[in-house]
Amino acid sequence: MANNLLDQFSQDELAARLQAEVEVSGEGVSRAVVVPKEQLLAVMEKLLREPDFAFDMLSDLTSVDRKDAGFEVVYQLFSLKHLCDLRVKTRTAAEEAQVPTVTGIWPGADWMEREVFDLMGVTFAGHPNMTRLLLPDEFEGHPLRKDFKLQPRA
Amino acid sequence: MEIDKNVDTLSEGQVDELIKKNIIMTSLEAVFNWARGNSLWPLSSGLACCAIEMMATGASRFDMSRFGYEVFRPSPRQADLIIIAGTLTWKMAPAIQRVYEQMPEPKWIIAMGSCACTGGPFADSYAVVPGVDKVIPVDVYVPGCPPRPEALLDGFLKLKAKIQNPTKVGLKHGK
Repeated sequence: MANNLLDQFSQDELAARLQAEVEVSGEGVSRAVVVPKEQLLAVMEKLLREPDFAFDMLSDLTSVDRKDAGFEVVYQLFSLKHLCDLRVKTRTAAEEAQVPTVTGIWPGADWMEREVFDLMGVTFAGHPNMTRLLLPDEFEGHPLRKDFKLQPRA
Repeated sequence: MEIDKNVDTLSEGQVDELIKKNIIMTSLEAVFNWARGNSLWPLSSGLACCAIEMMATGASRFDMSRFGYEVFRPSPRQADLIIIAGTLTWKMAPAIQRVYEQMPEPKWIIAMGSCACTGGPFADSYAVVPGVDKVIPVDVYVPGCPPRPEALLDGFLKLKAKIQNPTKVGLKHGK
């Protein structure tokens, strides 16, 4: 059973270590560190490089449609060194729907970010190939958005 | 025995005489259709769970070999039947279309399972083709989710009947 980084560090300690305005949200297994997207890359870089964290594996990258509150992009990190879990979230407004890419930090984010772009319509600034992954290129819309309407069958 | 060149039909006596000498007379078309119907070469292609059922049909318990249909070919150039076994998505449709076009004529299609027939449980989805007949022409529909191997074999036999009686079903092969 992997432990959670949030059992070892309080919110203030994390904020000091990461030099960012992080806040902890959620409870139990769904606790997450919420990072402003301007500081996302710096925080992720530290989470990978600092020996105390060493989050060398991005096991999942997904997104949530929060309607009026815009989109959340969720990063599920794992440290093979410490056998430690951490969930990081960042938010973006619905009109903008853009966050910086983490492909420079974990190359494995490439397809995950393409999937999020495909189904949720969040673009990742700096991604090497921001194209659809699962649906045909000519598909219109992003089906995982809450305002996506299915076409009625004729 | 003399047979006049201008005669269309033989009398029963003449036929009996030929059969005694182990000779039967028929049209080339009928022989070809008989052969085609008895030796379908399916393409090894499967899309989803139905493909597992298709493999079971080919394996020892259900044994497609009984009908001469066991020769699954890995190349469309050597196949005359494509079984759409599973869910066809819009993303996959161009690839299936291309493989179908690469098959030499005469060729046939079996739509296996609810997904291939009508979209099945995904009929209202944005990603699934609601029936492969939206993309390629289907000869035999095998319903079921998934169809048991017996059902697929029945589909094969229905196709065989179709191939061997082209005039009855309006196939373009034959007369």
